[in-house]
Amino acid sequence: MLRVLSAAAAVIVASFGIAFAASEAEHPENHPFSFESPVGSYDMAAVQRGFQVYQQVCSTCHSMDHLAYRHLGQEGGPFALYMVRSHETGEMEPHVGKPAHGGTFVDVTENPYVRAIASGVTIVDVDPNSGQLADRPGRISDRFRRPFPNEIAARASNGGAYPVDLSVITSARHGGADYIRSLLIGYDGTSEGTLYHNRYFPGGKIAMPPPLAEGAVPYADGTATTVEQYATDVATFLQWSADPHMEERKRMGFVVLAFLVVLSGLLYLAYKQVWRGESH
Amino acid sequence: MSGPSTYEPKSAFTRWLDRRLPIVRLTHDSFVAYPTPRNLNYWWTFGAMLSLCLVVQIVTGIVLAMHYVPHINYAFASVQRIERDVPFGWLIQNMHAVGASMFFLAVYVHMFRGLYYGSYKAPRELLWILGCVIYLLMVATGFLGYTLPWGQMSFWGATVITNLLGALPLIGESIKNWLMGGFSVDQPTINRFFSLHYLLPFVIAGVVALHVWALHEAGQNNPAGVEVKSKADTVPFTPHATMKDLFATTLFVIMFAIFVFYMPDALGHADNFIPANPLQTPPEIVPEWYLLPFYAILRAFDFNIGPIDSKLAGVLAMFASIGVLFLLPWLDTSRVRSMRYRPIARQFFVIFFFVCLALGWCGGKNPGLILFKVADFSATLTWVEGGQVTEQAIQAEGAAQWDDASSAAVAAAREGGATMTAVTRTGASTGTLRTVSGGETRNAQVSADTADLLEEEITHVKEEAGQAMPFFSIERRSPARFTVTNFSLLLTIYYFLFFIVILPVLGLRERPNRVPDTIAKPVLNEAQGAS
Repeated sequence: MLRVLSAAAAVIVASFGIAFAASEAEHPENHPFSFESPVGSYDMAAVQRGFQVYQQVCSTCHSMDHLAYRHLGQEGGPFALYMVRSHETGEMEPHVGKPAHGGTFVDVTENPYVRAIASGVTIVDVDPNSGQLADRPGRISDRFRRPFPNEIAARASNGGAYPVDLSVITSARHGGADYIRSLLIGYDGTSEGTLYHNRYFPGGKIAMPPPLAEGAVPYADGTATTVEQYATDVATFLQWSADPHMEERKRMGFVVLAFLVVLSGLLYLAYKQVWRGESH
Repeated sequence: MSGPSTYEPKSAFTRWLDRRLPIVRLTHDSFVAYPTPRNLNYWWTFGAMLSLCLVVQIVTGIVLAMHYVPHINYAFASVQRIERDVPFGWLIQNMHAVGASMFFLAVYVHMFRGLYYGSYKAPRELLWILGCVIYLLMVATGFLGYTLPWGQMSFWGATVITNLLGALPLIGESIKNWLMGGFSVDQPTINRFFSLHYLLPFVIAGVVALHVWALHEAGQNNPAGVEVKSKADTVPFTPHATMKDLFATTLFVIMFAIFVFYMPDALGHADNFIPANPLQTPPEIVPEWYLLPFYAILRAFDFNIGPIDSKLAGVLAMFASIGVLFLLPWLDTSRVRSMRYRPIARQFFVIFFFVCLALGWCGGKNPGLILFKVADFSATLTWVEGGQVTEQAIQAEGAAQWDDASSAAVAAAREGGATMTAVTRTGASTGTLRTVSGGETRNAQVSADTADLLEEEITHVKEEAGQAMPFFSIERRSPARFTVTNFSLLLTIYYFLFFIVILPVLGLRERPNRVPDTIAKPVLNEAQGAS
């Protein structure tokens, strides 16, 4: 009876495979991101470049409400600053990103890179003297500047479409960073009314015009300024922004698992010892 | 079962305490000297894991509640703040979210264990029922908790479930509005859900205490299902059961940790990272994995049963699927506890297990998804190319005569050589008849996998033929098909059949295997058992 059942189950499973085949959007292209494996970490240079692309391109329409400028300089952030003793001079020198060994973390309030990024932004705030809304330079405690004061204004400026908040976008979409990267390179150059063809977007037509153009964002580190590179960098940055504690999480996980494996081994021996000579 | 207490206070303080509050004695009798059957297997270690889960959920939950803001505008952001800014908030939040799944995973193993080994039979009926109460409270707590992050799934899950209760006759609407605190899921809902989500775990803890009490009164069942006969059949709980539980629980915690540290979001839904939006329904609304089987039962009915409409039938079936568990001790008529000795019941149990898994699978799928169909969806389009289009008015004497008048006009046009006709009714007794005469009749066949794709194909043919064609006659054919909903219904029927028919009948008819003498009679002598 069980054999008949399992045969029936096999037939059912096989036919499901066929039923799954039909789908609207193309499956995102699988890119070998550095953060994917259980021990993988972020390519911080890519996160920095991705932030630059976000600042210069994406942020004209997309907010990132859950991120503050200070997050960029926290431990595990793209502009985290460490003081490292130089081999030649013996002096302490600043080093962006966690050095291979040693180094003391510089608190984000003392981080000149993050301060420069924040003060380069203009924030609308209540003026403490007049009580009126006024512009002021950004502070590291500010959330990322919003391109539009509210959803109505955002829709009004974008032909009725609402540019979504990008803080956790890689978590909020099936396919994560692969999907974001594929979407950004998935335009075929044609459009229909106000919608643009994109083979990775559910339904195939998206309101966002192709945001990236070759050479649009100059890179200081000599990385190729292609659309594909931009897309990869932005996807990496957005993955970091959705999951900023990933590296710490994986590091701690390794220690916890190592401890638990040893503990379970010892407990197994203790259990065997206790039950030795007991028939059961 | 426990017999007289063997606790002897050693120090002056414990002697003093024992006279006034024998709490050390209680602990000693319950968790140290408590006699445990010596033949328990690893399936009996899940109780310890469940206790751990409850503690983890309460402790992490209390910390989360210190940072969480139950407000429709701030709840989502407050969870993000916990993840980003609260020291180790990411760890605590992950543990709580993953912990819920682990809790349910363990409780399902625990329940299937009880089902297989007949742990619900006398004298353990109340023990089982208390367990069902705990499970019911867990479902409620899990559902309430899933609402709190206020993502899309939170909001729409809450909307779907509260609306379900509205299907109940007479009282449904009131209960629904009372639960939501208004006419839709909104600020009052999140406030009361938060309050209840904080309350229920402590209620669970209380019922767990009763569950453990009942367990220690009746004594544990065991894989043989034969009651412990003497002290020789048991070992003291500590260190024997304690060490085994600790070892098994550590393995469970390893799995827990793999999820927490390496795939914290794997068990959740991506849509819950989108803040709740009451104006936008997500493409699919699904509960968390542990409630999917019940969700499938809920959606299994796509037809009305007499006076019960399909929605109410689903709701009743869903509640009945948990309710039937409460009656199980009296539904199973077999005098043999363990399915080890029930060869036929064991096969039905295995099927039941796979039916539950399949129900879970169905719950996560689009109910309209076609599993089998005898043929493709197909359509025949007929149109005329190059004909003469004429238009004439139809005037009936009254609304009642419309049908006669229009069919007479169509018949006349057909007589006159029209190859295609179309009637448009413009008023109660007026309309227009458009006819095409002459020209060349063309037709096309299209077929597709689904009804939606077929419509696309039809549109495509129409576009190819040109907009100038005045009208198409389309004949659509839908094949006989078997969808997820039909499959869910079959599975639901088996689910209830198992409890209501198979177990009661089988218990009377089945001839159990012989229990080996070594199990039926105590063969170990007292001295050996005490060692």
